[in-house]
Amino acid sequence: MPDITLILADGTERHLAAPDGASLMAAASGAGVPGIVAECGGSAMCATCHVYVDEAWAGRLPAPLANELEMLECTAAERRPTSRLSCQIKLGAELQGLVVRIPERQQ
Amino acid sequence: MSPSAAATIPELDLDPYASANLLDPYPMHEALREAGPVVRLKPYPTLVACARHEQVHAVLNDHATFISSAGVGLANFNRETPFRPRSLILEADPPLHTQARAVLSRILSPKAVMQVRATFTEVAEAMVERCVAKGRICGIHDLAQIYPLKVFPDAVGLEDDGRENLLLYGDLIFNSMGPRNELLARSAERVGPVTEWIMAHCRREHLRPGGFGDQIWQAADAGEITHGQAPLLVRSFLSAGVDTTINGLGNALYALARHPEQYARLHADPALARPAFEEALRWESTAQTFYRTAARDCEIAGVPLAADTKVLCLLAAANRDPRKWPAPDRYDIERRPSGHMAFGSGIHGCVGQAIARLEGEVVLTALARRVKRIEVAGPHTRRLNNTLRALDTLPLELIPA
Repeated sequence: MPDITLILADGTERHLAAPDGASLMAAASGAGVPGIVAECGGSAMCATCHVYVDEAWAGRLPAPLANELEMLECTAAERRPTSRLSCQIKLGAELQGLVVRIPERQQ
Repeated sequence: MSPSAAATIPELDLDPYASANLLDPYPMHEALREAGPVVRLKPYPTLVACARHEQVHAVLNDHATFISSAGVGLANFNRETPFRPRSLILEADPPLHTQARAVLSRILSPKAVMQVRATFTEVAEAMVERCVAKGRICGIHDLAQIYPLKVFPDAVGLEDDGRENLLLYGDLIFNSMGPRNELLARSAERVGPVTEWIMAHCRREHLRPGGFGDQIWQAADAGEITHGQAPLLVRSFLSAGVDTTINGLGNALYALARHPEQYARLHADPALARPAFEEALRWESTAQTFYRTAARDCEIAGVPLAADTKVLCLLAAANRDPRKWPAPDRYDIERRPSGHMAFGSGIHGCVGQAIARLEGEVVLTALARRVKRIEVAGPHTRRLNNTLRALDTLPLELIPA
């Protein structure tokens, strides 16, 4: 149950204890965090669960696969080096304390 | 598998392909869901079925265990010859699937879809305008059918003539995923000339330069796929890109006409068009079913399965599973049903979903702006298909805003 922090576009912080093995997208949507649309439901097909991973954490995540990289070119908000699709981030104990920011728009 | 393990799987005497269940699948879906996470069907002793969201999602997201290369319909290609050369994307596993998927994903990516948005919107507005002028329409023939048949083949780069072949081919492909029943026999009657037309139109000289079809051939030129694979990938556009969206739109019109209070919300706020289409996909899933095949001895929800068992995933039943959705039978355009299974899930999730959503969004937006009320103007009729939930006619009265 890693504790994670999501910082909304308006600066509000949301903290949640995420179930192990869930994706960040599923954990955030399940907790009702606004700003994650996740239209495709987690298949890396829509780029509407885009997040910016905190710089301190960006290098500690497994690198994105080709399909995620392809979709990251389609984000509605600016793509940054720390951009990821939250549906492709699998949560586990090693991500205890993860911090991500939610962009202003997803569509 | 031991007899005691097999005995733990409930068996129901239900036939998903019986006309009564194709006409109204929901009582059957409920019986299957409530019987257990994995069930057997007496008329089809070689398969197991999953009707709950959790198991449908799990099966579709474990593509190493539940493979597609043995066919995504009832037929097991390990034992039966496929009726057409296997699809390189639908009926393939990694690594063969991976490269084909990458090419199609790029051609149909949200970014690529942005390029066609203006054209798709313009056509939708013009077609809705003609429907409004008519007043009384058939929701299928006057809108749900002609719109995708115009915009999608245009984007692929297909000529205008002969597009009705796409309807016949789609009907055939989706019927072929069920048993060899009368529905398949009837749509197979014209398989010869229709297939010939389809395969001819997968060739480069029949495709407008720059269209989605030509982009497949460009990917072959670039060495991402072979030139021998290119026509088969163009074929995927022609089999999966029209009948699906036609019925998605038809079902959305049906949902909105049957729920005037929901249509009133959409009319008041046309920005709800996209979620209204999404919820229609959940509520009346166009693709009702897809199969996978167990690659090895395995389990679903603790239930042991032998290698080579066909697994029927009831997408439409998962989309009304009360374990996942509150009040699942209610069509509610503000539900935001992320995680529905209408486009499948995992690596085989519909590669055209961005363009399908665009079509749904722009047609419903145009309607919401121009039409105050949609009234049911008579009984609808269904076109039965082994895989698709499809309407044949949908009489509607459009009351202009």
